[in-house]
Amino acid sequence: MKYIDEYRDRELVSNLAEKIASVANRQVALMEVCGGHTWAMQKFGIPSLLPSNVKLMSGPGCPVCVTGKGFIDHVVALSRREDVIVTTFGDLMRVPGSSSSLEKEKSRGADIRLVYSVLDALDIARENPSKKVVFPGIGFETTAPGTAAGIKNAAAENIENFFVLSSHKVMPPAMGTLIDEGVKIDGYIAPGHVSTITGSGIYRDIPQKYGVGCVISGFEPVDILQSVYMLLRQINKGRFCVEIQYKRVVKPEGNKIALKMMEEVFELRDDWWRGFGVIPFSGMGIGEKFARFDAEKMIEAEVEKTVEDKGCICGEILKGLKRPDECPLFGKVCNTVNPVGACMVSHEGACNAYYRFNS
Amino acid sequence: MMEKYIQIGHGSGGKLTHSLIKDLFYKYFENRFLAREGDSALLEAGSQKLAFTTDSYVVDPVFFPGGNIGTIAVCGTVNDLAVSGAIPRYISAAFIIEEGLAFQELESVVSAMAEEARRANVLVVTGDTKVVSKGQCDKLFINTSGIGQVEEKYAEIGVGSGIRAGDKIIINGSIARHGMAVMAARNFQGFKSDISSDCSPLNTLISDVLDTGAGIKFMRDATRGGLATVACEITRLSRYGIDIDENSVPVDENVRGMCELLGFDPFYVANEGKVVMVADAADAEKVVQTMKSHPLGRDAAVIGEVVDEHPGRAVLHTGIGGRRIMDMLAGGQLPRIC
Repeated sequence: MKYIDEYRDRELVSNLAEKIASVANRQVALMEVCGGHTWAMQKFGIPSLLPSNVKLMSGPGCPVCVTGKGFIDHVVALSRREDVIVTTFGDLMRVPGSSSSLEKEKSRGADIRLVYSVLDALDIARENPSKKVVFPGIGFETTAPGTAAGIKNAAAENIENFFVLSSHKVMPPAMGTLIDEGVKIDGYIAPGHVSTITGSGIYRDIPQKYGVGCVISGFEPVDILQSVYMLLRQINKGRFCVEIQYKRVVKPEGNKIALKMMEEVFELRDDWWRGFGVIPFSGMGIGEKFARFDAEKMIEAEVEKTVEDKGCICGEILKGLKRPDECPLFGKVCNTVNPVGACMVSHEGACNAYYRFNS
Repeated sequence: MMEKYIQIGHGSGGKLTHSLIKDLFYKYFENRFLAREGDSALLEAGSQKLAFTTDSYVVDPVFFPGGNIGTIAVCGTVNDLAVSGAIPRYISAAFIIEEGLAFQELESVVSAMAEEARRANVLVVTGDTKVVSKGQCDKLFINTSGIGQVEEKYAEIGVGSGIRAGDKIIINGSIARHGMAVMAARNFQGFKSDISSDCSPLNTLISDVLDTGAGIKFMRDATRGGLATVACEITRLSRYGIDIDENSVPVDENVRGMCELLGFDPFYVANEGKVVMVADAADAEKVVQTMKSHPLGRDAAVIGEVVDEHPGRAVLHTGIGGRRIMDMLAGGQLPRIC
């Protein structure tokens, strides 16, 4: 496949692995904060190519993993209404709420449909005018513009039965919070898709304020290894900055159209992150102008009281403080078939990846 | 404890399916034939050994490039028998039909079944018809059962008791075509593709290989759950480890492209015309050559090896030189977000 095979070239990969080994002269911990990176690293077996003193940690980059149980409970409650069709990305299906999940509600008869895009949800809304079609908006700056476009289309066409329950989040506040909380991070492999939208400016604080380098990386093996190499060079030189490895896609200024759309539809608010608690100005709520599409405000739901897991250390895992196998539930009560914590659900989740590829 | 319900993942062929079979069906139906856990039951009728299998087909849509529900209803059952070392002879065909199905569609399905039965040299000898009210099934569901004769020397092939370290793992061609063809036929995301299903009866290919006298230790058709699931099955049954070399596994370019785009792993996507064989290393080349001379085996390849290391685990050596573990699918393969 053109433009893919080039970035999976075995010789190039082995050259990069050698270069990394030659500059890796101390113990370092690099964190990726994008679920796509976690997944790619596991899929290609990247950790097996790195020297033992370069450790990769998975941060809070998997959208469903950082989504609070309360949000799942809210979607579950909506799905129990006779007049609601929930249209969702597949990843959300299996995330456990306090007492149920969308997958379980579906098996009990709730009308829950998998979609690949918010535009599919709009189609479903057009086809089912007597139903309220709810799209749970999850993910970071990558998926938020899509949701914003969906809302704007609905407004333009006057589709009155389309609603979004937003749990969209922005990434940089969490990256700062992690360092504030004392997690030892020597470098960030910064998210490629998020940065495609936002540009590289949003990470400026990380090197300036915390002295930690950021390299915005692509998703192919050569991209990831080159990013690791670039971070190691920053560390060795002691000069930290934001660099773009994924230059073929990411522009410093980002995607202006998408940014404008997000700005128009959403407004920043404090948000609850699984494992972190509330992080100021880290969430995207739907602004006043489009409030009539906000499921939070427009559709009543009997949301059960959120019950947190006992013993699940998702929080510490999301912060990179603990490895999945240090959790007392890991592999015993919590596995890919019966996930207790969200990190075990998505292929992008740290526990899921660890369970499937290492246990 | 919350009340349990059947989820879609219980039918995915992965972990949930296995636990359903083990914890419910085996628990109540327990007997020595089931306990072998083969694709077919191995029965005795006098001095004759018989393989017996059954399968239901609910594919949506009913028609897809490369076949229809009838094609896979015949091929699937024929293949389940053939990988058990049997020569497929007789099959049954039971139809559950939704009220309102166009007669002409049903006829297309039935004529395709007859065509596949001829190709596979089996006879449809009994059947059943039920019609249900509109909405009680999705157009057409088909169940087929099949009986085949098993030569004594092949009786253990279906359970792999002869697998040893050093044996080679062989497949007869490119993977993931059926799953992606069906996905494209659902007009998924407006995709248009030229991918057609690999749906085919494998019995003549398999008998060509067995007739060479090659040391075949195990066979399984890689259907639901894909090649990865069969790889895991091999490690589970044999208690050895296996290494698969990603670069050796044939994947057509158009299939690879669609998988990349949609975030599917071709190793977990369904096939309907692929057999995975575990063969004595000394015979591996002969097996590949025999497959290559059959129309359904032109892209046959050795894709891996049984090893003493990491017992019970299938390890994939990735195309770039890395390593990772292949596990069975837990639940259905869900589209990823980012």
